[in-house]
Amino acid sequence: MSETVTLTIDGKKYTAERGRTVLQVATDNGIRIPTLCHNEAIEPYGACRLCVVEVTRGSRTRIVTSCLYPVEEGLIVQTASDRVIRNRKMLLDLLLARCSENEVIKNLAAEYGVTQPSFRQEYWEKNDCIVCGLCVRACEQVVGVSAISLVNRGISKEPAPPFLEKATDCIGCGSCYYVCPTHAIKMEDKNGVRRIHNWKVEFKLKKCSKCGIYWAPEAQLEYIRRKADLPVGFFDICPNCR
Amino acid sequence: MPSKLKSPKALEALQKKLGKVADAGKVSISVCNGTACRPYGSNPVVEAFKTEIEKRGVADKIDFRITGCHGFCERGPVALIQPGNIFYQKIQVDDIPEIVEKTLLNRIVIERLLFKNDSVGNIQAQVDIPFYKKQQRIILGNNVKIDPTSIEDYIAIGGYSALSKSLFELKPEQIIDMVKASGLRGRGGGGFPTGAKWESCRNAHGDIKYVIVNADEGDPGAYANEGLLSGNPHSVLEGLIIGAYAIGAHQGYIYVRNEYPLALKNITIAMQQAEKLGLLGKDILGSGFDFNVRINRGGGAFVCGESTALMASLEGKPGEPRAKYIHTVEKGLWERPSDLNNVETWANIPLIINNGPEWFSAIGSSGNTGTKIFSLTGKVNNTGLVEVPLGIKLRDIIFDIGGGIRDGKKFKAVQTGGPSGGCLPESMLDLPVNFDELTKAGSMMGSGGMIVMDEDNCMVDVARYFLTFLEEESCGKCVPCREGIKRMRQILNDICDGKGQESDIDLLKELGAHLQDSALCALGSSAPNPVLTTINYFHDEYMAHIRDKKCPAGVCKALIHFYIKDNCPGCGLCVKACPTNAITFVEKRKPVILDQSKCIKCRTCYDICKMGAVGIE
Repeated sequence: MSETVTLTIDGKKYTAERGRTVLQVATDNGIRIPTLCHNEAIEPYGACRLCVVEVTRGSRTRIVTSCLYPVEEGLIVQTASDRVIRNRKMLLDLLLARCSENEVIKNLAAEYGVTQPSFRQEYWEKNDCIVCGLCVRACEQVVGVSAISLVNRGISKEPAPPFLEKATDCIGCGSCYYVCPTHAIKMEDKNGVRRIHNWKVEFKLKKCSKCGIYWAPEAQLEYIRRKADLPVGFFDICPNCR
Repeated sequence: MPSKLKSPKALEALQKKLGKVADAGKVSISVCNGTACRPYGSNPVVEAFKTEIEKRGVADKIDFRITGCHGFCERGPVALIQPGNIFYQKIQVDDIPEIVEKTLLNRIVIERLLFKNDSVGNIQAQVDIPFYKKQQRIILGNNVKIDPTSIEDYIAIGGYSALSKSLFELKPEQIIDMVKASGLRGRGGGGFPTGAKWESCRNAHGDIKYVIVNADEGDPGAYANEGLLSGNPHSVLEGLIIGAYAIGAHQGYIYVRNEYPLALKNITIAMQQAEKLGLLGKDILGSGFDFNVRINRGGGAFVCGESTALMASLEGKPGEPRAKYIHTVEKGLWERPSDLNNVETWANIPLIINNGPEWFSAIGSSGNTGTKIFSLTGKVNNTGLVEVPLGIKLRDIIFDIGGGIRDGKKFKAVQTGGPSGGCLPESMLDLPVNFDELTKAGSMMGSGGMIVMDEDNCMVDVARYFLTFLEEESCGKCVPCREGIKRMRQILNDICDGKGQESDIDLLKELGAHLQDSALCALGSSAPNPVLTTINYFHDEYMAHIRDKKCPAGVCKALIHFYIKDNCPGCGLCVKACPTNAITFVEKRKPVILDQSKCIKCRTCYDICKMGAVGIE
């Protein structure tokens, strides 16, 4: 049984299913709210805060993250009020100071008129990571491997393999690489080998017995084969040749 | 150990029996062996008492009790003797034979050990000491009456009768109504009405519900929860069981930071004893109500005092907060309805049940009922744990109870509410101390830290100090807190180093407003408080740093230098003390010479000089 609620977003009324978030409903209706730590396949987390909106319920107005805020009957949402923009600008200002040469951050910041950070630029070792945690959450929630996690706290928090050593549980699927919003994860496939530099791992790639292309890490295919209880040799042929 | 109590009558009978023993008219002495008295040597004092009493064979004549914190930590080790309410302070091992001989056996007061006050002279009774006079110790007051490791002591003063009343005479809804009517608000700092929280949790969907004690007090300088949990663990436990019954929970958790070994030990003992007596576990007092409790130790992360981070930690995950758009009373621990309250909130519950909500709401002021425990620390004469009715003025706490500022210096500011509280200036000393007024003033109640600062504290440096703490303790999950606090601290560093610009003030304010708006949890949203309040109330001091490159309090090393005044008698004390040999002796009765190029501004010469001949500018 799905119940619906009516809410107002930027002056227009919308009906939405109860249980959905403000971000989902806004996106469904073509209203763009920027995010960096959100992915529909992964539980919302609320770390980057870019999706902040102003919500009014009764006499109370406050800033909330739309990726986590569930829609409610009578809720009034402003996705681009002065207060919202002010907060997003400061977030991008802070991120730009951290990753001053990252194209994604630079472009997003420029969209909000932030071209020079107000703070000292500290682009340490060209690290593009903004600690959104998507890589860690994808590895845990989507892949089911948890080869990496967020370690340390505060400004030193970062995604890393256990004890900063080689990620021994990693299967080389590259989900972390694909979900990373700032391309902070460095992965390359070369000469039949996949390397994910951030986790200090390398994997032999499987060669299609028909066309001869290297198409996926052997460890990943073995992981899927076992999980789905498929016969040995199932992945000898690539999807294109099947 | 008495046997298992299977009915309220059995508890009553035990209470009467134990009460009689306590009222036998013997002379009694309660020696504080709390966490603050221990470094002052209370352990050997306690041992010496035991030895002396045994040696004289007077154990049957003296009711000797080792207790938790009495509050007046400044004067530890302390003890209270009855009859007469005689308060001894700064007791040393050598004093013990005399105390036993004179006071305990012959009722002669030893003047030397009494509290002294310049205006009134020696004060004998605890209640007459200024530190205690304006306090209303409805919770902490029991600490002196009980050995925290003895459930018999707690029962003798009426302990667990509120639980018995709750289970047999009250419906869960009635208990919630009483808590609501009392006006009790969350003592962890949020100030949310406790009764309303319980009601929401009771009404939330789900068969399995949890109740949680937050004993993860992590504010630097604060130890109010520690003093209560280690000094009277049963009061917290009793409150928790009543809450569980009212809410409909059968499992509770006590989350104690591992840095509180005494509190951990005493609450563990308390639980074991309560279980043995049938006050915890299956079929409590024969009522049919089952309730179990588990203790979880916190690993010391400040953020784990935040309710959702605490619950994540209980689940075995890293202590990261989550958004509370869906309240924890609906989806908390393991996504189940969970009610979390502070140690002090729980300890108030038995009092409300026993004395009635009207009694409770008559204490304090409207909307802010009851008392609050504060850890009074810093540059104040009487440091310790104080319990005052809400609505009392800051001035009364600092100058009457606290006895004013040390060494006759001038009061400058008081920070309430822990590291992310605000610093309030002299002009706000008449502010009533309650949840709403402190928040309005840009500070907060927090879990009850109160740090007093004097003219020697630089407010920019103070703000930097707290921001450094918060930067280290931020969990790092959300951008505003992780990046923003660091940036604020960097700007403050620059100002302290004489590299500040006038535009920095606006940037700090802007960043502060941003954190308040968009940080994920209260750690981040309250982190700007020390910065914003010091900018607001001590603006001149910021400008002195930025514009004149001067630190008026003489703290920020980059902006000060030390010099030798003409009145230096050349005694040479500073010459010996200087770690870098920056001071040269000339001859007696001639000022020494300080070489600025060698001086590391460590302040040793300034502190050691008895003539005030070292200056800072």
